[in-house]
Amino acid sequence: MSTAALPDDEQLRARFGELKPALTAQAAVIEADRCLNCFDAPCTAACPTHIDVPGFIKRIASGNLRGSALRILDANILGASCARVCPVDVLCEGACVLQRQNRKPIQIALLQRHAMDTFWASREAVPVRAAGTLKLRVACIGGGPASLACAAELCRQGARATVIERRELPGGLNTYGVAEYKLRMADSVREVEMIRRLGVEFRCGVEVDSAAVLEALEAEFDFIFLGLGLGAMQRLNIPGEDADGVMNALELIAAYKTSHLRELHGTVVVVGAGNTAIDAANAARRLGAHTVYMLYRRSESEMSAFEFEYEHAKQEGVQFLWNRLPVAIREEAHGRLLLETVQARQAGEKLEQVPDSRAEIACDLVVPAIGQSPLTQLLQELRGVEVRDGRIVADRLTGQTGNKRYFAGGDCVNGGREVVDAVAGGKRAAMAMLKSAEVAHA
Amino acid sequence: MPDIGVRNFAGKIDSPNPFWLASAPPTNTGEMIMRAFDAGWGGAVWKTIGEPIVNVSSRYSATDWNGQRIMGFNNIELISDRTVEQNLSEMLEVKKRYPKNAVIASLMVASNRETWHEIVTRTEDAGADGLELNFGCPHGMSERGMGSAVGQVPKYAEMITAWVKEKAKTPVLVKLTPNISDIRTVARAAKRGGADGLSAINTINSITGVDLDTFVPRPNVDGKSSHGGYCGPAVKPIALNMVQQILADPESALPLSGIGGIGSWRDAAEFLLLGCGTVQVCTAVMHYGYRIVEDMAEGLDNWMREKGFQTLEDFRGLSLNCVTEWKHLNLNYKIVARIDEQKCIGCDLCHISCWDGAHQCIHLDRMTGPVDGHVELHPIPSVKEAESRASIVETPVTRKERALVAGAGPYPTPLERIPRVDETECVGCNLCSCVCPVDGCITMVQVETSLKAETWDERTRKAACATPVSESAS
Repeated sequence: MSTAALPDDEQLRARFGELKPALTAQAAVIEADRCLNCFDAPCTAACPTHIDVPGFIKRIASGNLRGSALRILDANILGASCARVCPVDVLCEGACVLQRQNRKPIQIALLQRHAMDTFWASREAVPVRAAGTLKLRVACIGGGPASLACAAELCRQGARATVIERRELPGGLNTYGVAEYKLRMADSVREVEMIRRLGVEFRCGVEVDSAAVLEALEAEFDFIFLGLGLGAMQRLNIPGEDADGVMNALELIAAYKTSHLRELHGTVVVVGAGNTAIDAANAARRLGAHTVYMLYRRSESEMSAFEFEYEHAKQEGVQFLWNRLPVAIREEAHGRLLLETVQARQAGEKLEQVPDSRAEIACDLVVPAIGQSPLTQLLQELRGVEVRDGRIVADRLTGQTGNKRYFAGGDCVNGGREVVDAVAGGKRAAMAMLKSAEVAHA
Repeated sequence: MPDIGVRNFAGKIDSPNPFWLASAPPTNTGEMIMRAFDAGWGGAVWKTIGEPIVNVSSRYSATDWNGQRIMGFNNIELISDRTVEQNLSEMLEVKKRYPKNAVIASLMVASNRETWHEIVTRTEDAGADGLELNFGCPHGMSERGMGSAVGQVPKYAEMITAWVKEKAKTPVLVKLTPNISDIRTVARAAKRGGADGLSAINTINSITGVDLDTFVPRPNVDGKSSHGGYCGPAVKPIALNMVQQILADPESALPLSGIGGIGSWRDAAEFLLLGCGTVQVCTAVMHYGYRIVEDMAEGLDNWMREKGFQTLEDFRGLSLNCVTEWKHLNLNYKIVARIDEQKCIGCDLCHISCWDGAHQCIHLDRMTGPVDGHVELHPIPSVKEAESRASIVETPVTRKERALVAGAGPYPTPLERIPRVDETECVGCNLCSCVCPVDGCITMVQVETSLKAETWDERTRKAACATPVSESAS
């Protein structure tokens, strides 16, 4: 699990260099000095993990960088990756009061990254208050941000936590699913390593796929935390979808991040217009595709991607085809594909096909990116864990499910939000488990 | 069109404007002073002339604040390290080429009569328009019985001023050190000695800081430091106070060249309003160069135009009468803070500063309504903060959610973040208006008390007449 095991791919680094350069130490202090240090700061309130933003920023200004990083990690153990992947425009930076004076918001993400980068460089460990002092044992299923945050909090408070991950490396989408120019795989793995050093145990390559496995976990642990994330990406459900040359967005992202996919050419069509679709489209451009289309069944004003992501995609040279539905994929000679599309229009609540509007796009790769479907198969096997609309039903404050021994958090509960939401959910569940253990032992 | 020229300062010094360079590195040579005059400076006080000294390497250090360089500046440099001949031959040249600009010679020599007589004569022969006696240098020279060693002993200052006056044909200014408990004692001595004017203030004894890695204070000279003289923006309030003290005292008052933290026309106008005839600048020029004088002259001209002043004399000293002793302030004058909801950006610094630094009368209760009563029921700030940290917040991922976050209310800032001032509790201290980052958002408004103006002086005197014993008990 060390970063040394990861391939250092020079070509990948060159093509997916960091989107924003880091602040220099002095620039960070100048930016930190700009912060007004609001009382009960709106940036802190807007953060799902409620990082004490002015607190860590003023520690940068004073030169207390260790204190700054620990302030961040206290609230959000994935502070380093959140500094890179958070949509801060709609979170902390979006809440910055300076904007009401028509001034630029404080660059909170870059400051947080500065504090965390400095912390990494110091090779310091995160202090653990009371390692292993509690008898509480918790299994966290799924190795993504929700489970990592839950397990980290448990260990920091003296409980024991084990993360169970089916893939080779933990980290979930942080490791396999975030655009490399935002968060490098190596950085995610390094963050996981920091969490391991808090005392979290990792069991990787372990599939939790049967009642028997669950029973064994129930026997071994006091509580089980479900940080399952979402399941595989939704299918397009059109003819030809299984052709070679069709690869969903998460597969594409994971493939290039692990250096399995090194080059693309010709024309790529990404179907969908969410944030992941944009990550995939941008990646296709950077991997060498000459033309990249994003095909969306609705209009520009209805796309779910964040505004800044849309702007970024335009800058990368991605082209947009609005109000178009894919209807079939045909394989052509020399591995090329023909994507059949049709014009769509709004008919009341629903979309309908416009007659005689068929158009074919000759392309080399079709990338479905229309959201992830929840991992329902396993959930059905969990006794007493209610699942509604594909999401686990859990108490908002504690993450506790219908089964008192099961807690849940992250995408499998909220239906798919951001890393920072998963961290907040995982942490809340950890606190609740610690509290109920305390009550039980009292 | 206003005239910013200076006429007959200290008797007979003229300059095209009141902006002089102080005796310091920017006036080290004739070449520098000529460039300064070309840039627009009205006068220059030559870097102190005397027996050439040897300086140390590493001479300056600064105090930065909140990302701004040189809030305060400190030096351990001594007087001119060039010979008297060099300086005076250049002075002759400068006066020849720039007859309209004021050239003042700053002097410092050993404390004996003949030496002073000699330097005065030589300097005036070189064409100086006036002399400034450096009784202020707080470091190095003072250890040799000069500079502030003279300026801190009224008797010496008076004596040397008198020696100089025996020979001098041009106006004699005495430059005062602030490193004394009452600057007026030396100002009075200078006046008794016959000085025609004063310059104030010289630099303030200082150690600007300690290097937290080497533990050596700055500036570091081979592992050791020495106290220096502090100047720059940080010292302006101290200088203004001393200027006021001197000019409000009939035994001290003389034509005064104001010095201390001046870097803009605004600063200069403030010194002139307190009664200075000219101002001297050093640190701001060391930071940005001679060019800053352009804006100083233009800005002062524009401000005078706006206020309807024709000459500097029209407003010189106008503010002097507005300063009085505390006991003469009206105790029945009441102001309260008002917050402009349209301008408030919701930083809530006024709330926390009022709670932790003032009188707990700015509340965040616009949504809940006031819970004021006999007993204060406002939640304390830490409770308020804990509440918002316990709230569950999610990233707004859909357009609909994002629209909801943006919200809509009567003001640009959500109502719950716009503080409310409890005017019955507000003492009118100004703290909130000092911390508010938005100009014009918090104003201090006078409220009617229906009480007649009354000062502490009046009140205690009245009380003394009525009940002579009980009032003095506390």
